[in-house]
Amino acid sequence: MFLLKLLARNAFRHRLRTLLTILGITVAILAFGLLQTVVSAWYAGVNASSATRLITRNAVSLVFSLPIAYQERIRRIEGVSSVSYANWFGGVYITEKNFFPSFAIEPQSYLALYPEFVIEPEQKRAFISDRKGCVIGQKLANRFGWKIGDSIPLKGTIFPGNWEFVVRGIYTGAEKSTDESQFFFHWAYLNETLKKTIPRRADQAGIYLIGLKNPQSAAEVSLAVDTVFKNSLAETLTETEKAFQLSFVSMTEAIVVAIRIVSFVVIIIIMVVVANTMAMTARERIGEYAIFKAMGFRWYHVAGMIFGESLFISVTGGIVGILLTFPVARKFGDVMDQFFPIFQVESSTLYMDLSFCLIVGLVAGMFPAWRAVNIKVADGLRRVG
Amino acid sequence: MRDSNEKESIVSINAVSKSYQRGNQPVPVLEEITFDIARGEFLALMGPSGSGKSTLLNLIAGIDSADSGSIIIDGVDIASLGEAELAGWRAAHVGFIFQFYNLIPVLTAYENVELPLLLTSLSRRERHEHVETALAVVALSDRKEHYPSQLSGGQQQRVAIARAIVTDPTILVADEPTGDLDRVSAGDILALMSRLNEDFGKTIIMVTHDPRAAEKAHVIRHLEKGVLSDVSA
Repeated sequence: MFLLKLLARNAFRHRLRTLLTILGITVAILAFGLLQTVVSAWYAGVNASSATRLITRNAVSLVFSLPIAYQERIRRIEGVSSVSYANWFGGVYITEKNFFPSFAIEPQSYLALYPEFVIEPEQKRAFISDRKGCVIGQKLANRFGWKIGDSIPLKGTIFPGNWEFVVRGIYTGAEKSTDESQFFFHWAYLNETLKKTIPRRADQAGIYLIGLKNPQSAAEVSLAVDTVFKNSLAETLTETEKAFQLSFVSMTEAIVVAIRIVSFVVIIIIMVVVANTMAMTARERIGEYAIFKAMGFRWYHVAGMIFGESLFISVTGGIVGILLTFPVARKFGDVMDQFFPIFQVESSTLYMDLSFCLIVGLVAGMFPAWRAVNIKVADGLRRVG
Repeated sequence: MRDSNEKESIVSINAVSKSYQRGNQPVPVLEEITFDIARGEFLALMGPSGSGKSTLLNLIAGIDSADSGSIIIDGVDIASLGEAELAGWRAAHVGFIFQFYNLIPVLTAYENVELPLLLTSLSRRERHEHVETALAVVALSDRKEHYPSQLSGGQQQRVAIARAIVTDPTILVADEPTGDLDRVSAGDILALMSRLNEDFGKTIIMVTHDPRAAEKAHVIRHLEKGVLSDVSA
């Protein structure tokens, strides 16, 4: 208890220096937390993907679609429990600035495959029965102030023209990681319009979504699907939803790696700053440590005082940084909503924050402790005065 | 040369030599020092700067080691002790009084005096009693909650003396205890040390430049270039 009191008082002996060091650690932990959350947000789609779903796309590229007739052939494959399909619509609300993911889906089978989109039964019924109806995520509704019954005009980018929709449902996520910024409407509405305007693009699905009877059979079912369409005009590539999502992330892998490196560099910089503070502290107090040793205190008492002070500073800064990470991440997430629909501080980030606080404290105290422990009492006492 | 003394010796220094390395050259500081210190004696070590008196004090206090010879204190050859044993021995047997008081600035007078007791097995209540007694001896009971920066130099040195005596050590070693004090405060400190010696029977070994301080001692030993040159009683 006495040593703890001594440690806390020592830490604030140079109040300004200690406060600035704590501030530095706070900023570093905050920056690390935010950067790690950005990385997590990047992988949010991957993490939210299910192991019981497969995605089948055109083997050449995602740009090319697949005939709608494939649906029945896929359904007949052993291990498949359900099949749905969707098209990336890429609609724009008024201007390009108002971007959000929009998909044309087959409502019944799609919503059955995605139980994480929680929607009121009446709203679901209203959506299914209205061909021009759409279902939107809660976040998207909040962003534009949309409510049930509102009419929403979208400008098609991949499918040209002006498209009118009526909000029939607003879904919420069953889990924290569920994306609530998406826009779903009837594939049939898209298809019927295409039949009139661009008939050659009608009766095509961008991707097939396959529900599995047994998640363990993902590899076999994927192979079976692709074998069925081998040597056809539109060969397929089937993979798990996770692998499908990862293929998008891998396109931007370099950015993610850069963010990760920067986040660790921030920690290394603050480690050097704290080490410098502790080195200055220990140099100033080397005489005091000699006095402690002269009185009979052992090397571990002296090392404990230095490591304790170093840890006290780093953990204090770290805790303040962690506490600040939540409101700052919330604000950041709100501002960057269209790029990061899921922006949540993960528990793994907090564990890393805490681990780094401890590592910074221990590493920063190492050299000063080594010096203080090894100095001869008589030499240390000569420095007093 | 060993002085004969009828009183029981508490410190026995036998042919102690010590040198420091300066580059590749050994610089002798103490050469073949031999003398005894009687129990309850108040010894002053005098000599010019660089004569080796502080080095000798450090050797007696067990915070430095001799190159050769032996120092036996209360029957213990301190050269034979390992680092951990020596630290324990210092905690139990040596009280330090320094020129610049060397109090811990973030601790109150009470807490500074309590410091050496943290290494003992005394309970919190027993520690409290010891600290109160020590502070009463140095007449600073009313200043126990003050930090060193709130005390005068003389008061700080009295706190340092209380810290030195709180464990009831075998010997008190004082390195220029009045060197940083004005004349009046120095007189108070010397009077206090004399009282510790006379009333409490403490063995005191004091390094000083000040002849007035040395006057308080029973024995004055002079060191000249690492060699004992003169003894006066």
